[in-house]
Formats: sequence, C-alpha cells, structure tokens
Amino acid sequence: MLHIVNKSPFDRPTLATVARVAQGGALLLIEDAVVAATQGVASPLAEIQKKMPVYVLGPDLEARGLNERVIEGVTVVDYNGFVQLVAEHRNCQSWL
Amino acid sequence: MKKFMFVNRKAPYGSVYALESLEVVLITAAFEQQVSVVFLDDGVYQLVKGGQTRGIEMKNHIPAYRVLPDYDIDKFYVERESMEARGLTPEDFVVDVIVLSAAELGALMEEQDVVLSF
Amino acid sequence: MKFAVLINEGPYQHQASDSAYLFCRAAIAAGHQVTRVFFYHDGVYNAIKFAEPPQDDRNIVKRWSKLAEEHGVDLVVCVAAGLRRGVKEEVLAPGFRISGLGQLIEAGIEADRLVTFGD
Repeated sequence: MLHIVNKSPFDRPTLATVARVAQGGALLLIEDAVVAATQGVASPLAEIQKKMPVYVLGPDLEARGLNERVIEGVTVVDYNGFVQLVAEHRNCQSWL
Repeated sequence: MKKFMFVNRKAPYGSVYALESLEVVLITAAFEQQVSVVFLDDGVYQLVKGGQTRGIEMKNHIPAYRVLPDYDIDKFYVERESMEARGLTPEDFVVDVIVLSAAELGALMEEQDVVLSF
Repeated sequence: MKFAVLINEGPYQHQASDSAYLFCRAAIAAGHQVTRVFFYHDGVYNAIKFAEPPQDDRNIVKRWSKLAEEHGVDLVVCVAAGLRRGVKEEVLAPGFRISGLGQLIEAGIEADRLVTFGD
C-alpha cells in the first residue's frame, strides 16, 4: 500500500499513526508533510523508514525552500513519480 | 466485488467529515461491495453513545450507525491504542465493534481495494 | 491505467485541489486515463464559475474545466454536499456536472486506483 501523508508532524499526529499502523508498502510525503523529511526535524519518520521506503514530493519541498535539507534515505520524486508510485502499489491511502 | 474501507480519524461536529463520511458509507450499501469502517485516532469519538446535540443545533448523526447492519454493513473496527488513549471501552460505543491492534489494522488495510479516508 | 480522484477541499484555502490537478495532469501525460474527479465536502466549491482570482494567480476552476474539455475527464460534484453549500446546476463552470455519491463509489469500483486529496 502507498501511504500518502500531507500534514506536518508539528501540526497533526498522522505520521505517528502511520508509524504505528502501516505494515509495509511505501510512504509518500506531500504538501506540508514534506517538512518531516528535512534535517533537524524530530518526527516518527525514522521509525517508518525501518518498515518501508520513504518518498517526498520535490515540487512541495522546493516551494518551501527545503530541497537542500532532505535527510538521507528519502527519495525525492516529481508528480510523474507520484503517479508511478500510485500505479506500482495495488492500493493507496491518503491519511487525512 | 471490491473491498472498500472507510477510515475515520476525526472527531464529530468540529468538522463535517464524520457526517459526510457516514453518508458515503450509507450509499455504498447499495452497491453490494465488501465494506469495513475503521475508527482510529480522534475518529473513535464518532462512535461514543449518549451524545445530545440540541445545544449546538446540529443533527445527531451517530445513532444512524445502528441501522448500517440492516444493510449488511457490520464490520466496525476500532484500533485499540486510539481507544485506550482516550479512556474509552467497547461498551461506550453505539455499535458492536471489533477491537484490533495497530498491526492487525495495518494488515487489514493492505487487503483493501479502495480506502477512503475522511 | 484508470485513475479516479476524490477532492475534499475547496480551492485556494487548502492545497488539495492544486495537488489533485497536478497529479491528474501528470497521470494523463504518462499515458494513463483519469476517468473521474469527484468533488465532495467543501470540494464542491471548485466548480463555481463565478470565481475570479487575481490575474497573476492560477485559475483553479478554469484549470479543471480545461482538463475536462481536453481529456474527457468527468468532473462530478456531489449533489448532497453541493446543496448544503448552495452549489447548484446554475453556478457550475463548464465540464462539471452534479450527481450523487453513488458516482464516487462507482468510480472506486471501475478505476484501478482511487486517490484522495483533502486536508
């Protein structure tokens, strides 16, 4: 399953919930959630990385001036990559 | 037939999602799909019985969950950790629920074809 | 592959409609089909033809209309959510139509993937 998260870990506990519940597949961070993939931010992301690959949407990082701050092990994708991730996984969930 | 899962993570009344999620679930009943409804995080508050909405002048939609089993929608799942963190037990809810661990719920999500989160 | 999209938020207030649009455009560019975009909750406000954003801003409503015109994307506004918010037939921009929630479930059944954008 592709797990899609769009909120900052400082705003909502969504990433903590995903860390607890999600069993596999991949995680894609979009919109305000991209902050979780940047250096110096304490979030449950490290825990999630142990279970699945993590992707972050480049255009959302760039818009927020954060593209130089991405932590290691996270893959930056564009919208085409977003589409591919949805297509590659047999189901997806936007954690709203 | 596809497996549809509805994931509720928000408390009722503070926003419209709980009510409009229930409306989708009701419609889905007519399509004869395999439906499960999940409550976690603040979504567990959507099932608490005894609410009186007169004072906020909104419709109390929670009791409508009770009619869903008449339409073969009776798989209500609650994540244990979310429930316990809020001091709730299955006796507090308007319908009979299946309590799952986070890992069990995650595995159930993996099996779905369509997951709608409100 | 056939994609269907659900949008739960109105234009401008949240990024949901923008993200959904860019996703749809990328999917079509990659050779996929976007069969239907369903507008629910405040998402119904994306369909109002009277929206007039400043000249230097993107026109979210027109963008959706154009996508429908050029790629045959079915833009469906939920009737119940629309009525609650005063979004009726007479305010719809080109390419949008009003129908029931059943169209969302049908899209989920018929498409290979249903992707939700919200808050």
